Amino acid sequence: MNDSLDAAIQDGAVVGEFVTDPLLQLRKVNVSFSGRVAVRDVSFDVAPNKITALIGPSGSGKTTILRSLNRLHDLTKGAKVEGDLLLGGVDIYKGGIATMLLRSRIGMVFQRPNPFPTLSIYDNVVSGLRFNGIRKKSLLDEAAESALISAALWDSVSSRMKAHASTLSGGEQQRLCIARALAVEPEILLMDEPTSSLDPVSTQRIEELMTELKNRVTMIIVTHNMQQAARVSDNCAFLLMAEDRAGELIEFAPTSKIFHDPSDPRTVDYVNGRFG
Amino acid sequence: MNQSTKSLLSRRNASDSPRAKGARGESDRFYVWTLRGFAALFSAILLEFVYSIVHQSWPAWTHEGLTLLTGTTWNPANSVYGGLPLILDTVISTLVALLFAVPVGLGTALVLNFVLPRRLQTITASMVELLAAIPSVVYGLWGLYVLVPWMSTTIQPWLGRLSGGAWPFSGDPLGAGIMLASTVLAVMILPTIVAISRDVIAALPKDLNEGALSLGASRSQVLRKVILPSAKSGILGAISLGAGRALGETVAVLMVIGGNAQMPRSLFSVGATLASTIATEYTEASPGNVAALGALAVILMVLTAAVNAFARRLVRRTGALSS
Repeated sequence: MNDSLDAAIQDGAVVGEFVTDPLLQLRKVNVSFSGRVAVRDVSFDVAPNKITALIGPSGSGKTTILRSLNRLHDLTKGAKVEGDLLLGGVDIYKGGIATMLLRSRIGMVFQRPNPFPTLSIYDNVVSGLRFNGIRKKSLLDEAAESALISAALWDSVSSRMKAHASTLSGGEQQRLCIARALAVEPEILLMDEPTSSLDPVSTQRIEELMTELKNRVTMIIVTHNMQQAARVSDNCAFLLMAEDRAGELIEFAPTSKIFHDPSDPRTVDYVNGRFG
Repeated sequence: MNQSTKSLLSRRNASDSPRAKGARGESDRFYVWTLRGFAALFSAILLEFVYSIVHQSWPAWTHEGLTLLTGTTWNPANSVYGGLPLILDTVISTLVALLFAVPVGLGTALVLNFVLPRRLQTITASMVELLAAIPSVVYGLWGLYVLVPWMSTTIQPWLGRLSGGAWPFSGDPLGAGIMLASTVLAVMILPTIVAISRDVIAALPKDLNEGALSLGASRSQVLRKVILPSAKSGILGAISLGAGRALGETVAVLMVIGGNAQMPRSLFSVGATLASTIATEYTEASPGNVAALGALAVILMVLTAAVNAFARRLVRRTGALSS
């Protein structure tokens, strides 16, 4: 593993800003669907308590990478993930960790807010804990309150916890989904374009929230919005689609470097808005 | 904006818009009145239909009154028109059919959506849909030739032994009877329940499934706690459509239920439903009998309308919550 890490660093693919050991390591990760390669040879490290952004044009494999991190591709027939994906040094695809446990350690927030429509606000927040077998009411109450406070939603919903989640606005629903994910106390939160269906004010609140949550959870965000990546992320992975339509990692670096002093000319073009 | 452009604009508005509005208004009016005409026509047909059945049955209602609903003996030959056994047989055979068909149907819908690979999905789905294309008289024949011997020699004796002959598995294992009718009905309404609940489940956003899995849920937790509750209103709709079909099913039921209008004593009893009685007795009915049979038709209509209205209310209530 160290060899491949060194090789990757020499390739210039892995140059993050680390104060401690990486929490998540990707080494030569390939994802294919029924033989068609969608992501090729992607290697980078995710630092704990930082926000890592995946940027790049459509089809560059950002979401595909994100979904491989909590094994959501398991649902897709013909999907294959190869390479090493190490969470705290343990490969998440090689029997080191059960999928259900993995998903409670690596939570996810989706593009469109997806609260469970038939459940109340309260039941939505504690649903992950219930899936994991926690029944005790005092524990659930405590977790619900703390998760809603963390998601900056407590003040507006504490008086109507029994109301249906669908009575909330889009931005509130997305924060409810963040609270729901936080309640399980994951180490990593994957965010797949979490603000793309929200208005600017709601977007700003989610971005503020992400910055506040950094000390609690490591975040990986896929975004089409370069300003958003520049505003919230610490490290940035820039991906592009190769000739054969497979996504490749072009550059991985601290966000300030990606936006002000990128090494690769293609990164320069992209962050300056010349394509994509 | 200066004076001349303003006046120009106002003049253009004055000359253009009424004409444009007028043309659109006329074609709109044409469509609106055509649609109103259709609506009125169908309402008129429905009213006339209900009126004629109620009218035909009127002598029975005035003569027999509530006996039509509560009387325990149905014997038209002696002008005894107690409809309760028929109502009970109709309701019981439908409920038992649902008891068989709902779990199997929902299970099939879930398997079709979440377990089978796509090719098997298509094959299985079209086989289930083929069940709906089989005429009910063929179901009746199948019930007589295949299920009657199986019921009387295997299933019913086994159930009788298992329960020690206790209700509702008491009585002689005749084969034909309420239980057999329920079994045939269950198979007949299965395609309705499978097809509608499968579509309802397939229409749920993919995000729900993935959202639950991302919280660490197992696949069975996703199905039980998220998918089924979210699809509840549509599934209730599917079940009520199935129930409606079972309540009104005629030919298949009359072939396998035994055709004996008596108060049901157990699931093994032979019986007769509202629909099967109307169909078998109409051809040789006296004028008095015809009125009584019309009354049965009214009861059956009210029953199916009630099931529909009840289901609609449930669907509306859950639908309002989940939208």
